[in-house]
Amino acid sequence: MTDTPILTIENLSISYEAGKYAVKSVSASIREYAITAIMGPSGCGKSTLLRAINRMHELYPDINVTGDIKLNGESIFSLPAIELRRKIGMVFQRPNPFPNMTVYENVVAGYSLNGIRLKKSQRDDIVEKALRSVTLWDEVKESLYRKGTFLSGGQQQRLCIARAISFNPKILLLDEPTSALDPIATSKIEDLLGELRKEYTLLLVTHNMSQAARISDDSMFMYMGELIEKGHTETLFTNPRDSRTEAYLTGKFG
Amino acid sequence: MENILEDNIRRRALRNRRFKWLVIAGSIVTVTPIFLIVINLIVKGARQINLSFFTETSPDTFQAMTATANGEIIPGGIANGLTGSLIMVLIASALAIPTGLMTGIYLYENKKKRYASFIRSLAEVLQGVPSIILGIIAYIWIVKGLTKGYSALAGSIALSIMMLPIIVRSTEETMSMIPVQIREAAFALGVPYYKMIFRVLIPCSFSGLATGVLLSLSRILGETAPLMLTALGSPVMSLNVAKPSSAVPLLIWDFYNDPNMVNMVWSASLFLMIFVLSLNLLSRSISKKRKYI
Amino acid sequence: MEHQSLDRTSMRGDRVTKSILFSSSLVLLLLSAGMIFTLASGAIPAFRQFGIGFIFSSAWDPTPGKENYGSLAFITGTILTSLLALIICIPMAFSASLFISEFYKGTRLASILRSLVDLLAGVPSIVYGFWGFYTLRPLIMKTGLSDQGFGIFTASLILAIMIVPYATSLSSEIISMVSVEMKEAAYSLGATRREVIFNVVIPSAMSGIVASFILALGRALGETMAVTMLIGNANVIPDGLFSPGNTMASVIANQFGEADGLRMSALIAIGLILFAITALVNAIGKIIIKRFA
Repeated sequence: MTDTPILTIENLSISYEAGKYAVKSVSASIREYAITAIMGPSGCGKSTLLRAINRMHELYPDINVTGDIKLNGESIFSLPAIELRRKIGMVFQRPNPFPNMTVYENVVAGYSLNGIRLKKSQRDDIVEKALRSVTLWDEVKESLYRKGTFLSGGQQQRLCIARAISFNPKILLLDEPTSALDPIATSKIEDLLGELRKEYTLLLVTHNMSQAARISDDSMFMYMGELIEKGHTETLFTNPRDSRTEAYLTGKFG
Repeated sequence: MENILEDNIRRRALRNRRFKWLVIAGSIVTVTPIFLIVINLIVKGARQINLSFFTETSPDTFQAMTATANGEIIPGGIANGLTGSLIMVLIASALAIPTGLMTGIYLYENKKKRYASFIRSLAEVLQGVPSIILGIIAYIWIVKGLTKGYSALAGSIALSIMMLPIIVRSTEETMSMIPVQIREAAFALGVPYYKMIFRVLIPCSFSGLATGVLLSLSRILGETAPLMLTALGSPVMSLNVAKPSSAVPLLIWDFYNDPNMVNMVWSASLFLMIFVLSLNLLSRSISKKRKYI
Repeated sequence: MEHQSLDRTSMRGDRVTKSILFSSSLVLLLLSAGMIFTLASGAIPAFRQFGIGFIFSSAWDPTPGKENYGSLAFITGTILTSLLALIICIPMAFSASLFISEFYKGTRLASILRSLVDLLAGVPSIVYGFWGFYTLRPLIMKTGLSDQGFGIFTASLILAIMIVPYATSLSSEIISMVSVEMKEAAYSLGATRREVIFNVVIPSAMSGIVASFILALGRALGETMAVTMLIGNANVIPDGLFSPGNTMASVIANQFGEADGLRMSALIAIGLILFAITALVNAIGKIIIKRFA
């Protein structure tokens, strides 16, 4: 963990229609090699904010973004989106391995979709390394060539994480990655995230504040599109500065 | 490595853009014919259409020849085709709609039975039968069998067989969308079965049923082939269904085959297309208006 | 006592209603059985005369005294035109489906395109026929590949335009059902739109797309009027893509009116074969949809 910010969000505002803002003037710096949790009640804009970081919002028309986001000092809007998304990976709420690909093919999907040709030995290395990083290797090494859908929910999600880290992104975005999983799978993934932060920066949206308290180093609390408070998790939870943060943490709403 | 990656990205972005334009171009090519056809019909056919177009029967070839020689609009109209089509469609509907409706209701009420799925498959197969074959059937059954000669009745039979599977399937589909609770509520009130059908099921699904009927009508209005083998065509308007009859598509075929009357092809077709189009628009607006089904 | 009699009446009433519904389902059953029986018995004289070789013979000689008929020329014509039509239709339907369900999904542009494509389905076959005659035929004659402009290619071209709406509407529905999450996962890995379509959307929707093309093929097989007007009506196996030929549906349309005896039986036999082929192709398409989509 360092103190250098790898990602800076500068006065970011996102709107769907004229005048309706999902995210209002949010500014924040994200530390490298740390887990930053974004939490808040439903509809506060946390997922919208997350998806703007790898420019997923551009898939849908009518979404207006003002402000800037800088990755290592360089604006994310200054390079092609398809290049940006190799530096910033994403894991989604519901595990979504490609059903027409095997486990092996799923892990290297990032390369094959991008048309990057690798030698078989390179691919084998990448697959093994990625699967080991998500502690899935021992469980699937015998069934690498089966279609990914035979895995359990938790295993599928770990496969998706493996797929996302297979090209060593600088940042991994996770949009409520455990909300569709059972408690045991959830805790396995939480342990995994704790390990992954040694090599990657993780930005995690969660609706479960105890998860944020358990695993994150920094936390951001959002409410109605605004960033209310951000700080070291321990400090935020024990000594929130804003009364709204305190109300959320003590369960008064959300 | 960086350079290769950069070139790669540019190449992929280029392919992406090219593909998008390919899709747009392909889509334009796909819909171009409809523009060409409609424009052709309007430009060449609109002149001929006036009131007498609808009230007079088709001209004979001599009249047409003199008119074209003088540069005039060919006299006459499609009245015999209109009445012929009207009569045959009415008979066909009278046969197909009640039968199709009841069969559709039967299938809906007996979904689980194997016999019902068998009948449903029969309806699907029947829907795919080429219309010319239905013409053969109606020829053998009616032209040779019943009326001993080409007749409007034979044409009606062929058309009704075409309408039947469409009505059966759309009825069953529409009824399946009625919430089960409505049926149960009716039964709970002690309503007899037939009343439930007429007072509850049918009114509830009315717009869906109407759409199915309109769909089957637009399907048969443009059919020529089966009518060639059954109704044959006729220069007069007649109410005698045991005699040959004209129909709008048959008239178009006659006009096409006669070098003197060829110019009437466009106006007759323009009329037919506008009519079929209006039916489609009507059915679309019906399904949008009613909230229920 | 009052209760009992009321119950009995209402139960009887229900039973009557149920049996009326059941008997309407019998209509379909009897109709289908009757059709097959009529076709088969009408075809028997031809098969008795020529044996199973009827299917493989390309003869067609109506001279009295040495009549010889075979269906091969027409089977070939039907299969050639339908397959070629399908091949021409595929890129058009694909572009339109991707336009509607991927690139411009949910926009007004997409619904406009969809309506335009649907309009194509509303044009009667005979209108396509003479439009092709007046518009496409001169174009093909200009290319010099065919001096009269009639032939397999011209017929296939018009057929392709006619079946595009059927292929497009089903494919675009299937494509729009591909899960958003699957696509987003691919995008988040840095794939371009084209790459997402080829690597995720199409493999996912493949069986539905194939089924839609098979069903479009089924429609092409039975098309009569437009093909008759453009194929040249030569009762032989075509020797080239631009040579004239004939299909099963068009030979029936052309010759049925003046046929009798053995020739009529041969035509009915051809109708039976057409019926069987169409039913088979449609069944395959339906099975694929039910099993995989």
